[in-house]
Amino acid sequence: MTRNHYELSHLETLEAESIHIFREVAAELERPVLLFSGGKDSIILLRLAEKAFRPGGFPFPIMHVDTGHNFPEVIEFRDRIAAELGERLIVAHVQDSIDAGRVTEETGPRASRNRLQTTTLLDAIEEHGFDAAFGGARRDEERARAKERVFSFRDDFGQWDPKNQRPELWSLYNGKIRKGEHVRVFPISNWTELDVWQYIATEQLEVPSIYFSHEREVFARDGMLYAHNEFMELIEGEAPFSESVRYRTVGDMTCTGAVRSTATTLEAVVAEIAATRVTERGETRADDRVTEAAMEDRKREGYF
Amino acid sequence: MSNPYWIAKRTSELLRIATAGSVDDGKSTLIGRLLHDTKSIFEDQMEHVVQTSERRGDGYVNLALLTDGLRAEREQGITIDVAYRYFATPRRKFIVADTPGHEQYTRNMVTGASTADVSIVLVDARKGVSEQTRRHAYIASLLRIPHLVVCVNKMDLVNYDENVFYEILEQMTDWMARLQVPDITFIPISALNGDNVVDRSDRMQWYGAAPLLYHLEHVVIAPDRNLQDIRFPVQWVIRPMSDEHHDYRGYGGQVAGGVLTPGAEVVVLPNGRSTTIAAIDTFSGVLDSAFPTMSVALRLADEIDISRGDMIVSPEDQPVASRELDAMLCWMSEEPLSPRSKYTIKHTTRSARAIVEQIEYKVDINTLEHEPAGQLGLNEIGRIQLRCSTPLILDPYARNRSTGSFILIDESTNDTVAAGMVLNAR
Repeated sequence: MTRNHYELSHLETLEAESIHIFREVAAELERPVLLFSGGKDSIILLRLAEKAFRPGGFPFPIMHVDTGHNFPEVIEFRDRIAAELGERLIVAHVQDSIDAGRVTEETGPRASRNRLQTTTLLDAIEEHGFDAAFGGARRDEERARAKERVFSFRDDFGQWDPKNQRPELWSLYNGKIRKGEHVRVFPISNWTELDVWQYIATEQLEVPSIYFSHEREVFARDGMLYAHNEFMELIEGEAPFSESVRYRTVGDMTCTGAVRSTATTLEAVVAEIAATRVTERGETRADDRVTEAAMEDRKREGYF
Repeated sequence: MSNPYWIAKRTSELLRIATAGSVDDGKSTLIGRLLHDTKSIFEDQMEHVVQTSERRGDGYVNLALLTDGLRAEREQGITIDVAYRYFATPRRKFIVADTPGHEQYTRNMVTGASTADVSIVLVDARKGVSEQTRRHAYIASLLRIPHLVVCVNKMDLVNYDENVFYEILEQMTDWMARLQVPDITFIPISALNGDNVVDRSDRMQWYGAAPLLYHLEHVVIAPDRNLQDIRFPVQWVIRPMSDEHHDYRGYGGQVAGGVLTPGAEVVVLPNGRSTTIAAIDTFSGVLDSAFPTMSVALRLADEIDISRGDMIVSPEDQPVASRELDAMLCWMSEEPLSPRSKYTIKHTTRSARAIVEQIEYKVDINTLEHEPAGQLGLNEIGRIQLRCSTPLILDPYARNRSTGSFILIDESTNDTVAAGMVLNAR
C-alpha cells in the first residue's frame, strides 16, 4: 500500500463511495431492504453492508425474489450466508404470485419467469412497506444502466422514468419521496465486472460454486449453453451433452447461459474475465436479447 | 484477442473525467476512440455499433453510438442525460461522465463536473473557440475541477496546421486568464483518425508533448485533496447495544478533509466540545490514519452527545457554523428561482430549510458579465444570499469541495433544483 502518500487504490475509492451510499440510505430512509440474488454483485453488497454497519446489525433485512427456477447451489448458498451473517432473510416467491393469479405463467420451450419477477418484487416492496431497495446493478453492464442514477426514483407504480431523473451532485443524494414511492439504490454503480472479481479475490469472499468450472449437462440454444433442467423443454434438434462450464452471471436457469471454462480458482476466473472480449450480459443473458431495449423496457416497469 | 490493458493492477488509481459537448464537436467520437483504443469495447458492443451504423446509413462505424443508451436517444438521435463510461489502463481506472450539449446542458455538465478530477473540453479546429467552449471552461472553473484539458479536435480537417492550433491556444489562454483553473493543457488531436489520442501523431511532429491518454494517466491528482483541515461529517452512529459490544459507540462517516490519527485533538461542531480520537475502526480492523475519501468509524475519548449532521474537525482553521451564507448557484429546474422561496437544503450530512434572501446577480456565461436578476431560470448561474433554519457547518467551496457544496430540494415536488457552492458564511 502507498499509505505514505495518502493515496487510495481504485478499489479502496470505490469501496469508500459504496459504504457512504449505504449509510446515507440507512440514515435518510425509513424502511430499506437489500435485494439479494446470490450472484456476485449482491455478495459484494453484503460485504459492503458489513463494512458500513459492523459491529452493529444491518438496519434492514435481505430479500430474495425466487423464481422457483434457480440453481439449487445458489439457494443453498443464500440460506447459509444469511444465517452466517445473522441477518433476516425474506424470500418472495414468484410461484405465490402465479398461485394468487397476479401473473400468468409463460408456456412453451422458451418460457421464463424472468419478467414475472417484477410483479413479485413490487408486491413484496408494497407489502412490507419498503421505501428503499438496494440492488447490485452496475453502469458498465448495459446501455440503459449506464444512464441510471445511484438513487433511482420509482413512482407508486414502481416505474423508472429515464427522461426525468434527479441530478446527482457531489455525494449529496436526494432520497426524498412521497408515500407509496420508493428509491432503488445502486451502491456499486461505478464498479466494473473486473472490479467486482478483484474485490472478491481481495476480500476472499465466498461465491456460489457455479461461478467456477464444473462438468454439467448442457444444451446449445441461440449460441448459448443452457443447463439441461426440468424447467426447460428441449426443441427438436437440441440434445444435451456434458461440458466443462462456469457461469458469469447468476440469473435463473431459464435465462442464464454458461460459458466454456476451465477456471477453478478465483485467480483463474479473474484472468479469464481480464481476457474476455464479450460483455457478461451479452454472453450469458437471454433476457437482454429480446429487443434492442429489453433492459430499458423492463426497468421502466420496475425490474431490478 | 487478448487484452493486456485489462489485467489492471489492484493498486491502480481512480481518475474521474468530465466531458461535455454537442453532437458536432466530436466528443462522442473521442470517447469512442479512447474506449476502442484501450480495448474497453467488447465484441458484442462493437457488433451492435456496426449493425446500427449500417441500419442508419452512417457510411462508417459510428463510435458515437457507443454512448447513446436509451430508446428515445436512438430514435431521436440525441443524448439526453449524463452517461458513465469506464475504461482502464495498467496505470489507472477511468470513469468518464459524458454529458450532452442541448438545452439541459449546463445542468448536466455541472452534475458530471461536481466530482471530476479532470475536465476535457473540445474545440473544433475549423471553428475556433466557440460560445460552447467558453461555457465548458467556465463551468469547469466554477466547479473547481483542478485540471482542464483543451483538445483541439479535427486537426485532420485543417491539414494538421500548427498555426491553427497555436491561434486557438492563444485565444483560449487570454479568455481563461479571467477564470481560476490551476492547470490547463492543450493537445491537438483528430479523434476520428486517432491522432494524439492514445498514440503520438506522426502528422504533428511540431507538437512536442504527450498524447491525451498519456496525460490522463500521469496528471497528478493526489495533492488536489485538502489534507490540512480535518473534516468528518458524522453520517451514522454505530451503537450495536449487543452483549458483545454493549458500550461500543462509533461515528461512521467519510473523511472530507485532513488526516485523522488516533490521539489527535478534535472539536465537535456545532457544540464546540473538544476531545481526542480514540480509535479509527473499519470492518477489517483499526487503522493508524484515515484521509479523504475513506469511509471509517471513529471512536472518541470522551462521551459527547453526537449525532448525524455534526462535524468532527481540527481545532485550528475550523469551519464556520452559520445560518446565513453567500453562494454561487446553478439552477436546474424548469420552475425558476424567485427570492423569498423556501427549499430544503442538503449540505454534508445535515439538512435544513432554507430561504433565498436575495439574488445578487446572474452570470452571462459567454461574457462573464454580471447582470441584475429578479429570478434564476433553468441552467442559469448566479450569486445568492441564503438563510437557513439551523446552522450549517461551512467551508468555502474553494477550500473544500465536500464541505463547501450543497443542493436545494423543492419541498413540493421533492426534485433536486439547484447545485450550490459556498462563497462564505455570513
